[in-house]
Amino acid sequence: MEVLSFLIPISLFLGGIGLAAFFWTIKSDQYDDPDGDSHRILSDEYDDHPKE
Amino acid sequence: MTDSTYPETPNASACPACDVTPMARRLVARATLDDAPDRGAILLSLPEVHCALCITTVERALDRHPGVNSARVNLTLKRVSVEAEPDVTAEDLIPTLAAVGYTAHEMDPSALSATTTDRQGRELLMRLAVAGFAAMNVMLLSVAVWSGATDATRDLFHWISAAITIPAIAFSGQPFFRSAWSALRHGRLNMDVPITLAILLALGTSLYETAHSGEHAYFDATISLTFFLLAGRYLDHRTRAIARSAAEELAALEVPRADRLVDGREETVDVATLVPGDVILVRPGGRMPVDGVIAEGTSELDRSLLTGETLPVFAEPGQEVSAGEVNLTGPLSVRVTAAGQDSSLHRMADLVAMAESTKNRYTSLADRAAGLYAPGVHILAVVAAVGWYFYTWDVRLALNIAAAVLIITCPCALGLAVPAVTTAASGRLFRKGMLIKDGTALERLAEVDTVAFDKTGTLTLGAPELLDADRIAAEDLALAAGLSGASSHPLSRALAEAAGRLEVSAEKVEDLVEVPGFGTEGRWMGLRVRLGRAAWVGAETGTSTEAWLAVEGQTPVRFTFTDRLRPGAQDAVDGLRAAGLDVWLISGDAEPAVAAFADRLGISNVVSEALPAEKAHRLEALSSDGRRVLMVGDGLNDTAALTAAHASISPATALDAARVASDIVLLGEDIGPIADAVTTARSAVRRIKENFRIATLYNVIAVPIAIAGLATPLAAALAMSASSITVSLNSLRLR
Repeated sequence: MEVLSFLIPISLFLGGIGLAAFFWTIKSDQYDDPDGDSHRILSDEYDDHPKE
Repeated sequence: MTDSTYPETPNASACPACDVTPMARRLVARATLDDAPDRGAILLSLPEVHCALCITTVERALDRHPGVNSARVNLTLKRVSVEAEPDVTAEDLIPTLAAVGYTAHEMDPSALSATTTDRQGRELLMRLAVAGFAAMNVMLLSVAVWSGATDATRDLFHWISAAITIPAIAFSGQPFFRSAWSALRHGRLNMDVPITLAILLALGTSLYETAHSGEHAYFDATISLTFFLLAGRYLDHRTRAIARSAAEELAALEVPRADRLVDGREETVDVATLVPGDVILVRPGGRMPVDGVIAEGTSELDRSLLTGETLPVFAEPGQEVSAGEVNLTGPLSVRVTAAGQDSSLHRMADLVAMAESTKNRYTSLADRAAGLYAPGVHILAVVAAVGWYFYTWDVRLALNIAAAVLIITCPCALGLAVPAVTTAASGRLFRKGMLIKDGTALERLAEVDTVAFDKTGTLTLGAPELLDADRIAAEDLALAAGLSGASSHPLSRALAEAAGRLEVSAEKVEDLVEVPGFGTEGRWMGLRVRLGRAAWVGAETGTSTEAWLAVEGQTPVRFTFTDRLRPGAQDAVDGLRAAGLDVWLISGDAEPAVAAFADRLGISNVVSEALPAEKAHRLEALSSDGRRVLMVGDGLNDTAALTAAHASISPATALDAARVASDIVLLGEDIGPIADAVTTARSAVRRIKENFRIATLYNVIAVPIAIAGLATPLAAALAMSASSITVSLNSLRLR
């Protein structure tokens, strides 16, 4: 049972990373234009660096 | 963006008039801002963008335009926002985009409050994510407890659950706590009061149990309850946000601008900056932005949006005009007599606000359910607690049972019952081109038994069509087409179109002149020919919409016109009648025109020459007969009737005020979907009621178990999830 003392914190930590990543995507306006973003990857522009 | 400089949108309860008069509010907002015009961003609507190539083409074309700093296309909203130097205007950019093949329309950024970010939606989504994260982790621990963890292991798992649940609920439960608090402060009960009480009581007793190594802790139930309820809230919010942004988009496409004449020069200004005494220029095809008096020019005015009359009115210097009229033939200079606060637009806002207050009295099904539910649940919980206390003299047990009752009865299913159905129904109607603006609109629409149509602009397109075109001599039509070719008057366009349809080629007419307000004149085979008003060509004025063709020395020939039927008008009338509704036609137009039109559609209940106030009175008379009326209209003269009706629909071409006053806006030209709207609304309400029944059934089974003290956390979790899922699935059955 001692393994629980590792597993529970690990599972919480991993879940927490996912939650933090989700927060970041919301905060950085990544859901404002889902259609546009899925099309933009097809364009040749900004292949080397993202648009300012 | 400078959206922070605009006043916050006032909330509905504090100022109903503000909420229903975005146009007036925008004008006021702009008037206070005229020193700092919005130069940060230009917004253009691009209805045609759809691909990756479109994005790069548009952005490249705009980036190359001098003075443009950056441009970004939003494909989801079909818009581009351009950051540019102050001297670049939307009018400069529209031709640039036309050159690369995209039509663009300017949008008024001040009409779009939710363009940049939907802050409230984001907040709800974050709370939902936190609740979901916590619920998953706590459930994981709870499964271990349910499958037989005991003693120290169980206590440890309970403690970890508490450590996750309490901060998670403190963050994600805030919308419920706030709403419950504000209801209690005003001495009312709403659905959030029992929710809050259940959450807090369950947390408290679970914490106490955990501290005393108790067997039952409800952390899992509490957090998943919060999660389900937030999901319902978020669905509800999304439906509203989509409708609101689409409605705002319609409003934003009408940019309130006017051409002011100063010392003989024209300058384009905001309508809000006009003051009485200014002289503005209104071109043919333009809409009067203010009330005023004609200073110069003759023309004809289309007043159908204000009065419902289809016949254009002759306009000459000295005549009064009001905001909303459309100038047809010649340019007019108008001296402003009333603008902003004093204009007829603002007076209309008062009228709408008055009628709006009666509509706010409608209690939605959810509110009615909450009104029954909230006190019932509290009484049950108190009775259970008191009963068990006197039976066992054990406070801890009594409180535990009260918490179990509250958790089990908690309205997960009720919280999802309405939003899940309205989301499904409004999505369905949106795909058919209908925009639901009001939360209770579906419920009200389901109750209507009578429908009242306006004629001009609603059942018709407000554009004339030549009557009996094939009975007119071909040479007359050819000559008329030759005379009308150069004019943009609606009757001329109808003539030219009829000639094109019958493959009559237009006669060549020389020395063509358009005499604004009268007609067109020219020379044909050495004779003077005229096409225009009866009096001008020397004929008797008739009652219908007509134009006369006169060749010098011959009897004038008459062309009669009728208003063109809107596509789907017949389907809408037939469909509504098939759904069991009484159909009325209430028009401001003259009696013969209305009667002929009603015959064409087979409508027997007809009211003609109705003034705006009469329209509203007629609706009130119908509703005092116990009828619930759906009003469909588009003009300023319908606005009062639209607000007085039980439910209301207006086409997208309607005046701003009429669109604001109505519950549903038809986005396409076709009016046929109205019949579908009624049937969809009826089946949506049927689903909502079924959902309430399902939720009640679960409670009828689960509550006795909880009161008997037999409920375990596992039973609570099962009952809650099962009822929420059944209700959601039932909503998806909507047809």
